[in-house]
Amino acid sequence: MATVELTFSALPAHVRTARLVATAIARRTGVQESLLDEVRLAVGEACSRAVEAHRAHCPGEPIRIELRDDSGRFEVTVSDQAPSDEIKQEQPLDLGMLSDSFMSNFGIAVITGLADDVQVFPSPKGTNIRMSWPAAVGV
Amino acid sequence: MDLKLDHRTEDRLTIVEVEGEIDVYTAPRLRELLIDLVNKGNFHLLVNMEKVDFLDSTGLGVLVGGLKRVRAHDGSLELVCTQERILKIFRITGLTKVFGIYASVDEAKEAHGKDK
Repeated sequence: MATVELTFSALPAHVRTARLVATAIARRTGVQESLLDEVRLAVGEACSRAVEAHRAHCPGEPIRIELRDDSGRFEVTVSDQAPSDEIKQEQPLDLGMLSDSFMSNFGIAVITGLADDVQVFPSPKGTNIRMSWPAAVGV
Repeated sequence: MDLKLDHRTEDRLTIVEVEGEIDVYTAPRLRELLIDLVNKGNFHLLVNMEKVDFLDSTGLGVLVGGLKRVRAHDGSLELVCTQERILKIFRITGLTKVFGIYASVDEAKEAHGKDK
């Protein structure tokens, strides 16, 4: 098992960097090319959500990403330290309810639709989003 | 790639050309442009996304916000998009039912003309 860890300040500009790193490691780990767009988007969504949560609750704290090659899976865990209520997986499609600064739950819905396997662990001490995709070879 | 924005008006339709990545970092610029266009009386918007490399839920939120603004003036906000990786996000979120999505600017202009 090989692990890459990345921490970054809660700034929107760093989300792109996190996406690029995750995509590069996914490719190296053997994730199919056809899945790399999904990895890029899902990791970006998770990081965007974490950045927004930190900016609201703890802007000075870093966000952490673990990228792991484990038993034929490429696994990504995005961890924030912002207190979280229970996350709802589904949103009613009511235009009047949608705001400009999109709800973080909507990002979760996107991740759920993209990742092969997703687990969300919200808690008062922060949220961990773990997602994984099949990988062909080890790092 | 960063985000490039441009716009032009043809008849009553304002065409917004978007190129690059729409994410949590760049989406505020698109939001500002859409708000500015609406504030200046452009209520029928067509956002061309054929050169968009990346779109996340923040970008979707900006488009939904724009749609809400133009609808307040009986306007419209429609999209041009044929890229499967972008369309997939609209399908996952159910927003294909909210936005008119066309294959080309000409197709959208034709449909818009029929609606007038």
